[in-house]
Amino acid sequence: MHYLPLIGVLIIVIGFIMKIDTIAVVIIAGIITGLVSGLSLTEVLVLLGQGFTENRLVTLFVLTLTMIGLSERFGLKEQAVYLINKIKGLTVGRFLSLYLLIREVAGMFSLRLGGHPQFVRPLIEPMAQASAVANYEDTDEETQERIKAQASVMENMGNFYAQNTFVGSSGTLLIAGTLKSLGYDAPAAKIAVASLVIAGISLLMGIVYNIWFDRQLSKKYKKAGGDQ
Amino acid sequence: METFFDYLLEFFFIIAGIQFSYAGYRALKDKTNNKNIGTAIFWFILGILFIFGKWLSPVLSGLLVVGLGVITLFNQFGSSKEYIENVEKAEKSAQKHRNMVFTPVIVMAFSAIIISFLIPESSTTVIGIGALLSLLIAMLIFRPSTEEVLDETNRMVQQVGTTSILPQLLAALGLIFVEAGVGDIVAAMISGIVPQGNIFLGVTAYVIGMMVFTVIMGNSFAAFTVITAGIGVPFVLAQGGDPVIVGALAMTAGYCGTLLTPMAGNFNILPVALLEMKDEYGVIKAQIPVAIIMAVIHILLMYFWAF
Repeated sequence: MHYLPLIGVLIIVIGFIMKIDTIAVVIIAGIITGLVSGLSLTEVLVLLGQGFTENRLVTLFVLTLTMIGLSERFGLKEQAVYLINKIKGLTVGRFLSLYLLIREVAGMFSLRLGGHPQFVRPLIEPMAQASAVANYEDTDEETQERIKAQASVMENMGNFYAQNTFVGSSGTLLIAGTLKSLGYDAPAAKIAVASLVIAGISLLMGIVYNIWFDRQLSKKYKKAGGDQ
Repeated sequence: METFFDYLLEFFFIIAGIQFSYAGYRALKDKTNNKNIGTAIFWFILGILFIFGKWLSPVLSGLLVVGLGVITLFNQFGSSKEYIENVEKAEKSAQKHRNMVFTPVIVMAFSAIIISFLIPESSTTVIGIGALLSLLIAMLIFRPSTEEVLDETNRMVQQVGTTSILPQLLAALGLIFVEAGVGDIVAAMISGIVPQGNIFLGVTAYVIGMMVFTVIMGNSFAAFTVITAGIGVPFVLAQGGDPVIVGALAMTAGYCGTLLTPMAGNFNILPVALLEMKDEYGVIKAQIPVAIIMAVIHILLMYFWAF
């Protein structure tokens, strides 16, 4: 009986594996988790409704879509391709590594540069795609999908592993606060300095991952070129 | 000042709701979408939830959310083929505007940073302020017709589709999980299987505990408070680990879990919607090697560096 609330986790996992519609799976998992842990149906609906409306902020990125759509209609991607073409020796991987570096350094100075709606969708991803086109002329859908994923990975890595290097970041303050309440002395400034190590390692890892990514692409397109 | 930003935020939600409702109206008239009724209802429900969310009774909001799920479960949401891309026009415009085409996008990205720096209370609203400001600039530079603006709003909303609300929905699920005590159960399970007195096993349990908890709950901040008290203190800190190093590494160990979970919808599912990826888990799949290697590095670092 004690482990029953975990059924929601199980439902999500099964839903994901069986590729059932994700939105429906999440709602069903929520309702069942609530019910088995002793809440009434009304209470579950209240939580679901409240949780949804209180988190409207998460979906506020839709406000940016009109501007992005207009920019695309008026040549954003075309100009990105033109610009990237002018830079010699720029590959997808090198471009993304540069973004990762800038993002991590900016994080140290508390500049929360980046974000999927603000940076990746309008700027970073089109430029990454453009640098692939610049190198391999034409890219297929599989490559484009992989570049989209790779750009998102760099954004997340740069965001997660470098954010605690700033003393005032919420993560750093939470570590210091939690440890203090548990009776351990860990000042935020020292935590920020200690966080530099993992930030540096993640930067190296990102660069290695991008080099590997570049190699995969050039292998794929060299082979395709050779067949013709 | 804070109440001003509260009102502003509500105002932005209403605009987003109007955007969704407009997509519903367009879906209703859309001949290229054979599931246009279901699609329209989906967007209208979302419009209501965004415009009236503050005033609706929570039960009614909950029912409306269930309504969204019913539409997608029975596969009644369809995509539009109305929009035809005009490559020639885009190329001509790029040649005319040159790097000016980047101005709106750059204004949006940096206005957010600058405003949140100048007015810290604005933090949650900056994305809305940046979006509207950059839209204004885009309209001044490109001089689009009203029809073009409306077309683009509709196209983009239809393209991000149902995936766009998944992060928000997962946040609501997180709330139910907390209420149901899922987090406490997970923490109890992990601390139940770790033997006391072995530093390496303690460190491993702490790192993996942070990851597992974050994967399930989608939030490493929640994981940190729960897992540090349940595992970090008895199995790592009590054995003499340096709290500064242990604390810093435990938090980023949680992020290894964040990279793996659809529960962190904001980071892993949102880009799928924004970039119109085919595979809902494409971002997570590309992050698996990073998360695993980084987790191993965390264990080794905590073991050798903190002791």
